[in-house]
Amino acid sequence: MAPILDINNLYKSYGQTEILKDINVSIEKGDFLVLVGPSGCGKSTLLNCIAGLEPITGGQLNIAGQDMTNVSPKDRNIAMVFQSYALYPTMSVAKNITFGMKVRGVDKSVQDQKLAEVAKQLQIEKLLNRKPSQLSGGQRQRVAMGRALVRDPALFLFDEPLSNLDAKLRVEMRTEIKRLHQDLHASMVYVTHDQIEAMTLATKIVVMKDGIIQQIGTPAEIYRQPANLFVADFMGSPAMNLIPAKVSTDGNARRIEIARDGEAPLVLTDRRGVDLPKDVIIGLRPEDITDPGSRQGDNLELADVHVDVVEPAGADTYVVSRLGGKEVTARLQAETEVRPGARAQFAFDLGKATYFDPASGARLV
Amino acid sequence: MTDLSATQGASRPWGKIALRWGLYVLLGLFALYYLVPLFVMVTTSLKSLDEIRSGSLIALPREVTFDAWAKAWSGACTGIQCEGLKPYMWNSILLAIPAVLISTVIGAMNGYVVAQWRFRGANIIFALLLFGCFIPFQVVLLPMAKMLGILGLAGSIPGLILVHVVYGLGFTTLFFRNYYVTIPAELVKAAKIDGAGFFRIFWSIFLPLSLPIIVVSVIWQFTQIWNDFLFGVSFSQAGTQPITVALNNIVNSTTGVKEYNVDMAAAIIAALPTLLVYVVAGKYFIRGLTAGSVKG
Repeated sequence: MAPILDINNLYKSYGQTEILKDINVSIEKGDFLVLVGPSGCGKSTLLNCIAGLEPITGGQLNIAGQDMTNVSPKDRNIAMVFQSYALYPTMSVAKNITFGMKVRGVDKSVQDQKLAEVAKQLQIEKLLNRKPSQLSGGQRQRVAMGRALVRDPALFLFDEPLSNLDAKLRVEMRTEIKRLHQDLHASMVYVTHDQIEAMTLATKIVVMKDGIIQQIGTPAEIYRQPANLFVADFMGSPAMNLIPAKVSTDGNARRIEIARDGEAPLVLTDRRGVDLPKDVIIGLRPEDITDPGSRQGDNLELADVHVDVVEPAGADTYVVSRLGGKEVTARLQAETEVRPGARAQFAFDLGKATYFDPASGARLV
Repeated sequence: MTDLSATQGASRPWGKIALRWGLYVLLGLFALYYLVPLFVMVTTSLKSLDEIRSGSLIALPREVTFDAWAKAWSGACTGIQCEGLKPYMWNSILLAIPAVLISTVIGAMNGYVVAQWRFRGANIIFALLLFGCFIPFQVVLLPMAKMLGILGLAGSIPGLILVHVVYGLGFTTLFFRNYYVTIPAELVKAAKIDGAGFFRIFWSIFLPLSLPIIVVSVIWQFTQIWNDFLFGVSFSQAGTQPITVALNNIVNSTTGVKEYNVDMAAAIIAALPTLLVYVVAGKYFIRGLTAGSVKG
C-alpha cells in the first residue's frame, strides 16, 4: 500500500532564505508523525507545505498515493487544527463544525448527522449553539478538533494545538488526542516544540533544526540512539548529560577518562568492546546515573562524585555535579541521603552510554 | 477607576473633590463655547426678521415662528430660482448614498486583499492608496474635470459619485485594511482548508466581523461627501448641484434684505442628515475607531 504521506526532496525558501532543505519523510496509514524542534526550525512551515497553504520551492509531495505538490488545500483531503484554534468568531459551534461541509455542498441531513456524531465523540453537544467567545480554551480546542474530525480526511494536521492551554489541561488533551488516534486509526502529522508531547504521542518522530531533518525514528530510537548531539540534547528532560572524555584501550575494554576540577579524573570502563577514537563526548541519560544498588546491569561502574545541587522532584531526586567541565544530572531515588557539598557514590550504567564525535557531533556508538 | 479615586481620595478628600469639580467646570465651559453658535443659529432661525433687527443676538425668540424654515426648505432663492433647498437636498441624497455605499464596499474589498491576500507589490499599492488620502482637493480639480469630460459624465450626478468614490477609496481602504490585519491569518487558512474561496471567505467570515468598521467608513464618507463643497461646485451644473452649493447660493443671493433667519434655517437643514447619521451610528463610530487595540 502506498504511504499516506510521502515527501520527496522538498525545498522551501522565502526569497534568498532557505527555510527547508531536502526534506524526505514518509508515513504509513495509522502513523502518528510528530515534527519537533526549537522555534524557527521550519516545522510549522513544513506542516503548512503539507497542507498546501505555502507553495513549495522544490520537490514533490504525495498524499494517499496522489501527487498533491500543486493541489490547493481544499482538494488535498486533509484537515487541520491550528494553534489559535482559528474558530470563525461570528459562527456558532455547530456552524463552525459544518462550515466545510456547507461550502462543499454536502446534503443538510448528512451535515446534521455528522455533526451529531462528532459532538457526541468530543462531548460538546451542549455547546453547539454557543459562539466561540463563550467557550473556555479547552472547549475551543475540542471544537477545533471537531471541525477536523467531521471531514474524515486522509490526513490530520495539528499545528501546536495544545500550546495555548494550561499545563493540566494540556496533559488531558494530549491523552485525548492519543485516544482519538487509537480509536480512529487515523494518520496524523503533529507539530510541537514540546519534546514530551513528541515522545508520548508519536509513532514516528522527525527532529528538525534550521530546516534540516536531524533524525527520523520511533520515540525509542530517538531517545536511546540519538543521531547527533543536537537530538541528544533536545530530546529528554532533564537533558542527556554530554560530557567530554578521553578514551584509552585496555584489552577489549575502553577506559573513559573524564576530567574533574581540582581532583583526579573520573575513570569509567566500558566493557562492550566498542570502537572509539581518542576524544569523544559520552552521552548518559540522567536515569543512567543512579544510586548504587538500585540498578542491575553488567556494565555498572561505581564512582565517588562531589555533589553541587540537590533538586527533589517528588518521584525522583535530581542531583547535579560537575564533570568534564559540564553540569551533570543524576536521577536518584526520592528518599536519597545525598546532601549538597558532600561526596556521594553513583552507579554509572555504561551499558546505556552513547558516544559522539566532538568535531562533527555525530553519534559514534 | 472608582477604586483608584477611592484609594487616593482617602488621603486628601477635599483637594480631590475640588480638582474633580474644577475639571467639570472647565469641560462645561468648553461645551458651552462649542454650543453657543448652534444656540444662536437655532434661536435666530425661529425669530422673525423684525425681532432679529430689534432684539439681542443671544436672546430667546419672543414669538416662535417656523416661517424661515418653510422658506429655506421650499421658497428661498438660489440665484434666479426660488425653490428653496428641497430639490438640492434630493440631489445630495442621490449623490451621497451611492457614493458612500460604493466606496465602502470597494474599500472593504481592497482592505481584505491588502491585509489578508498578500501579493507581490501589495505594499506599494497600499502606499499609493494611502498617498491618495493626502492629495489636496484642489490638485485634482483640473485633471478630474478633464476625465469627467472624456467619460461624458461632466456636470452629472454619476460624475460626482465617481469623483467621491475615487477620492474616498484611500480612506475606506485604510480603515478596512487596518481592521482586517488584526484578524488572525490562521482564520483564513482554516477557511481555505474548509474549501472556501476568496469571496466565500470575505462574505462568510470577514463581513460578519466588520460592522464596527463599516459604520466608521459610512459615517466618515457620508460626512465628507455631504459636506463637500468644492467638488460639488466644480463638477455640477444647474439641476445637479448638491445642497452645500445651494446653501451658498441662498446666502449669497440677496434681494435687498439679508434674511438671517432663513440663512440659519437653511444651514441647519443642510447639516441635519450628517447629524442624524452620527446620532444613529455614533456609538459604533467610537468602537470602530478603537477596534483592534483590545482583543475581541
